[in-house]
Amino acid sequence: MSGVFSPTRAKIKERTLRTDKWWLQPAITFAVLFSFIIYATFRAFEGDNYFVEPLISPFYSPCLSQACVEGSTIFGWTPVSAEIFNFALSPALIILIFPLGFRMTCYYYRKAYYRAFWLSPPACAVAEPHSKYTGETRAPLILQNAHRWFFYAGLLFNVFLTYDAVISFKNAEGEWGHMSVGSLVLLASSTLLWFYSLSCHTCRHTVGGRLKHFSKHPIRYKLWSWVSVLNHSHQQFAWYSLAAVAFADIYVRQVATGAWTNFYFF
Amino acid sequence: MARKINLRIWRGDSTNGGLQDVQVEANEGEVVLDVIHRVQATQMGDLAVRWNCKAGKCGSCSMEINGKPRLACMTQVAAYGEDETITVTPLRAFPVIKDLVTDVSFNYQKAMEIPAYAPPADLKPGEARMEQVDVERSQEFRKCIECFLCQNTCHVIRDHEENKKSFAGPRFFIRIAELDMHPLDILKNRKRTAQEEHGLGMCNITKCCTEVCPEHIKITDNAIIPMKERVVDIKYDPARMFSGLLKREKRN
Repeated sequence: MSGVFSPTRAKIKERTLRTDKWWLQPAITFAVLFSFIIYATFRAFEGDNYFVEPLISPFYSPCLSQACVEGSTIFGWTPVSAEIFNFALSPALIILIFPLGFRMTCYYYRKAYYRAFWLSPPACAVAEPHSKYTGETRAPLILQNAHRWFFYAGLLFNVFLTYDAVISFKNAEGEWGHMSVGSLVLLASSTLLWFYSLSCHTCRHTVGGRLKHFSKHPIRYKLWSWVSVLNHSHQQFAWYSLAAVAFADIYVRQVATGAWTNFYFF
Repeated sequence: MARKINLRIWRGDSTNGGLQDVQVEANEGEVVLDVIHRVQATQMGDLAVRWNCKAGKCGSCSMEINGKPRLACMTQVAAYGEDETITVTPLRAFPVIKDLVTDVSFNYQKAMEIPAYAPPADLKPGEARMEQVDVERSQEFRKCIECFLCQNTCHVIRDHEENKKSFAGPRFFIRIAELDMHPLDILKNRKRTAQEEHGLGMCNITKCCTEVCPEHIKITDNAIIPMKERVVDIKYDPARMFSGLLKREKRN
């Protein structure tokens, strides 16, 4: 008997006496994240319907594989083979580890999935079902400390996705000065990803949080203050950017398959 | 306007105990501590309850109300429905002494393990000068009233008694952060000891400590995560790893 049922603690047989709907939030988190994982896995392996001039799905950008369809690469740069060990690799599988790693190690998502998936704990003051707990002190969870590595990679990805949003202001013939629903979808997706990255706790630490004397670094203090304001909404940016990226992929896929028409405003 | 409310109070000690139902009068504007005192005065003369200021500043009346860690003096009776039974139990992370009183000495032991503020040796009394921007992060943590609700709700020790040896808990992570961010504190190894001796790595950021803090200290965002990032600085930072700084720092 351990935890709240330890011999010296108050003898209460219930795991929790909470009377509110404490299970609702982890249940919603589980449903949304699980749905996203299923959809993202399907799309990552699909290897098709990710590009339609001038739109590219964020799941496949930057497209670095020799298997990438014409026009979807960045200046024709395809450094990665289309096959690895005779296994045809979808272009998404080469790059998804970086955004996936960034979200998996994100301080907000850690809270969300530790509660919703691992029930550690399912909610505050609700006893968890595990008999042993070592936290993030040993493998594999010690790898959560790699968040900073993924943060740097994520910033690079944001640059690529912003580039994709900018060139979406062309028409299908490659002429500038046009705007479609797809342009707005990619713009919203890349903008929200910037907000998500810049509101990150690692960003807050990197720009100034690690300092002991703010007064000696007024510019970094200012940057830290701005990132701190964004950081208050990191959880919201995490969800909004996830939804925006998923919708951008759905939109590009629907347009690529011909199910939807990419409406041009001008 | 007074009304009768249903109260369920845990009574007992470390060997045995259980929930007992009572009906008690509650007046408009009263808090849970008021009705507990009324029960003590009228129905259960030997009911043990720890309290002091009745203003949310001493941190004595920490208990669990309908399963949530709270200060009884800051919990309005009116927050609960008229037909709702209010269940009051002692903190469930610490050994119970009697009724609603627990033994929180674990926290005082942990407090003694944190190295004290260490200003430069040549700094004379009255000579300390700091700019406001340099101390405001630490000042947030000084709001702590040591109610230990954060310690009580932290699943690392609440659900795993065996972790108490190696885990200081959120209250002491804000103490470590306060000192590590202090402009005049010169102790160099706070980050490393936070990770290796005080169990910072066991925290998995579920933010329950922040949710229950009656002083609204952003324990996770402003203390624990910044400390985790500072640990990454000295142990896992890619730039430092590649430049070999990590090795040199460890040697020092």
